[in-house]
Amino acid sequence: MCEECGCGDPELVAVEMHESLLEGNAKNARHNRDHFARAGVLAVNLMGSPGSGKTALLEATARARRSLQLAAMSGDLATDRDAVRLEKAGIPARSITTGSACHLDAEMVHRALHHLPISGLDALVIENVGNLVCPAIYDLGQHVNVVALSVTEGEDKPLKYPVMFRKADLVVLTKVDLLPYLEFDLDALTDAVAKTMPAPRIIPVSARNGQGIDRWLAWLEEQKAQFVKAPVTDAGLVSADDHAHEHHRHPVQA
Amino acid sequence: MHEYSLVTALVESVEREARTRGASAVVAVRVALGRQAGVDADLLRTAFELRRAGTLCARAGLELRHVDCTWECRACGTPVAAERALCCPSCGAPARMVTGDEIVLERLELEVA
Repeated sequence: MCEECGCGDPELVAVEMHESLLEGNAKNARHNRDHFARAGVLAVNLMGSPGSGKTALLEATARARRSLQLAAMSGDLATDRDAVRLEKAGIPARSITTGSACHLDAEMVHRALHHLPISGLDALVIENVGNLVCPAIYDLGQHVNVVALSVTEGEDKPLKYPVMFRKADLVVLTKVDLLPYLEFDLDALTDAVAKTMPAPRIIPVSARNGQGIDRWLAWLEEQKAQFVKAPVTDAGLVSADDHAHEHHRHPVQA
Repeated sequence: MHEYSLVTALVESVEREARTRGASAVVAVRVALGRQAGVDADLLRTAFELRRAGTLCARAGLELRHVDCTWECRACGTPVAAERALCCPSCGAPARMVTGDEIVLERLELEVA
């Protein structure tokens, strides 16, 4: 009721707020981050266009990885083809089928964590849905963001998709074995990356001939050393088949 | 199109606040939207028009306050111009975004009977 005269007309009330629309996802991402920290695993969010070579990069990583223990989650709209390819390459993998969603969010990753043991791993790679737009704004709880950019996509992609590249810790330039057949300007890419990435870093690789894969592996080791402490194994909080911990116990699922 | 899931979060937050305050309807909603938030303003409006039906926001207007990108040095705080390389002109350290990536519900106008 109107307080001025009691006439019964509704009163207009202004409310100041400050609430991020991504807060729900951010909360789930913090929870995932806690899982990764407890398991002592580096979490990598691997993004890039469809066909940029994300899965091929992981296959080449599996062939060259030496002692590095990896597992992967693969986000795809409609199939589990990427996860099947990774399993075949020797990387334990879980498919996340998003239906029509154009990106992974922290809750989808958390659900997949129920089915993929992560303790004892060095790194969990979360292969996002192929897309240079939407995946960039969803925190999954990862330690690092990696963008796979293939030489056939052109050197101006960072300028066209600044949000994605701003969030990247590393650009893996893929398919460099094709460079002799293209007019790709590496200096122009370096310039575009410097304008969009605060700490620009590019590693050129070829999944086909193995070029640069050692540098990529060394980068993963560096990140693990920087971000990951020893796993929490006391009190049985983390085990191979169950990622339960004190504020949240999951049933072990088949 | 992640704009629809953002609008779903928006309408849920707004309705929660409106119910807490005993509002009969929401008249206006203001969202701060960074130029590099990764959100398309037109798609966000379209999604809001679809999603608000049947909620307390059914007649609510959506005002978007666009926020420009600003950067500063991570180490010394010196402002960094966004058109150049994203590193500090004085000490060379990487820049960090100060504004320009926000997607924030800022203000509501409620009808309280």
